[in-house]
Amino acid sequence: MLIKQLSVFIENKQGRMEEVTQVLKDHNINIASFSLADTSEYGMLRMIVSDPEEGKRVLKKEGFSAQLTDVIAVKIPQMPGTLHEVLKVMFDGNISIEYMYTLATAGRDTSIVMKVSDFNTALEVLKKHGYEVCTAHEAYEINNLNNK
Amino acid sequence: MIWNETKECMSRDEIHNMQGARLRKTVSRVYHNVEFYRKKMQALGLEPGDIKGLEDLNKLPFTTKQDLRDNYPFGLFAVPQSQVVRVHASSGTTGKATVVGYTRRDIEIWQECVTRVLAMTGIGVHDNIQVAYGYGLFTGGLGLHYGAENLGATVIPMSTGNTKRLITMMEDFKATAIACTPSYLLHIAETLEEEGKLDKVNLKVAICGAEPWTENMRKEIEGKLNLRAYDIYGLSEILGPGVAADCDAHKGLHVYEDHFIPEIINPDTLEPCKDGEVGELVFTTITKEALPLFRYRTKDLTSITYDPCECGRTLARISRFKGRSDDMLIIRGVNVFPSQVEAALLEIGETSPHYILIVDRINNLDVLEIQVEVEERFFSDEIKSLERLTKKISNLLQAALGLAVKVKLVEPKTIARSQGKASRVIDRRKLI
Repeated sequence: MLIKQLSVFIENKQGRMEEVTQVLKDHNINIASFSLADTSEYGMLRMIVSDPEEGKRVLKKEGFSAQLTDVIAVKIPQMPGTLHEVLKVMFDGNISIEYMYTLATAGRDTSIVMKVSDFNTALEVLKKHGYEVCTAHEAYEINNLNNK
Repeated sequence: MIWNETKECMSRDEIHNMQGARLRKTVSRVYHNVEFYRKKMQALGLEPGDIKGLEDLNKLPFTTKQDLRDNYPFGLFAVPQSQVVRVHASSGTTGKATVVGYTRRDIEIWQECVTRVLAMTGIGVHDNIQVAYGYGLFTGGLGLHYGAENLGATVIPMSTGNTKRLITMMEDFKATAIACTPSYLLHIAETLEEEGKLDKVNLKVAICGAEPWTENMRKEIEGKLNLRAYDIYGLSEILGPGVAADCDAHKGLHVYEDHFIPEIINPDTLEPCKDGEVGELVFTTITKEALPLFRYRTKDLTSITYDPCECGRTLARISRFKGRSDDMLIIRGVNVFPSQVEAALLEIGETSPHYILIVDRINNLDVLEIQVEVEERFFSDEIKSLERLTKKISNLLQAALGLAVKVKLVEPKTIARSQGKASRVIDRRKLI
């Protein structure tokens, strides 16, 4: 139920982001989703890609600081209030969310990528409240699956 | 004016004789009171009686900053602690400070030297002088302070850190002189300019030192502030500020040879340089009681001339400093060795990450930035962890250097690796 997120440290330099996407393109790795956190000096690029292990390997080979991080992706319906509800469930379960972003929005559902303080408790709490989480395969191939 | 004409205008013969006599006395006193030097002299087969005059100076052993560190804190003092009335300290390369001590007589000599400097710049009892060097363990603040009081000027003990307040007092107290680092004075000038106050202040004289500067900077300072700027030199090991300073001729800094014997040596062969030839400046103190030093290697590169100066003084003159014979940086008057950074960074892991020091002068203030590569072991995808790391490094360095440091995390392998000795410093300050 855990998904491998590809995280890359990027200095604030013109063209640096483009070099990351170039490397992934050259190795035929698809970016399903990403978020970019920025500070004044550097950025943190977090991506869900079609092949995270390979993505890490090729980026490191090209000199990037890349790492795999465990995250979960929770499916929530596309309706007002649903994000609030899932956050309330997490809060009531005493789980901290380090960061989150949208994996994909397709059809009736949205999937939200989250890094949480305690994965086991988070998965337990979510299951108890009837939430479904993406499998790794679902997350990496979410665009392809949706297209079918 | 010449404060002490009998000492500043002696004939070269008189200077030699005085130095010889004072050297003999110092050697004998040091031999009997400082174990470190006694052992060194014994190892060389030297007895105090072998030093008969100036011509025997080069028989004495050299002293380095490392010797002061090895004998931390008071091992080289030549008097009992009861006679020491003050200590000062500067940051050391491995966290241990270099400690210096003064007897009451040492303090008197120090203030006499600084008074000579101030008198040489034209300051007198009617002047108000702002001392904007740091007060405390650093010798700059208190050194200038005592000298100015001894002269009879009115001292405004500003210390450093609050430019707005300094300017307010400069205006309200009608300061006519200021003592600070040259880069800080340029920063003050720019702040005055921004506030439209350049014509509201009435500075006549600036006494600048504690960091290397150039003739062009002097002209810039003089032009912007409409004053006369002078260069003062010193180091705590020998005295503090007031070892040497330049006169109106600005043709080198007069060394107070009745208290210190200067030598210029080739830093590699340790052989003496010819007059006018650039080498490492070495000092032997001949009146210091608490911490007399033989042939202390300053690592400052300069040249010397014994020709009489047009100002009337006969004291030897050293030229503007050409650099250092080691890798020490002077940043806002603080001595920084790259090895201190290395030692501090070791505290975050077993091996030091790749890093580089970038020194720049922004708005006339020296800024030290340290770039550290984000290696695997430091990596986190959480910004807060990276920020914690930055903060931790910055705190460690600030504690080690006594200087605010900007830490910047950079991608791995982006800091150039050099083949031989790693070049860990980029100094972008343009001293033109």
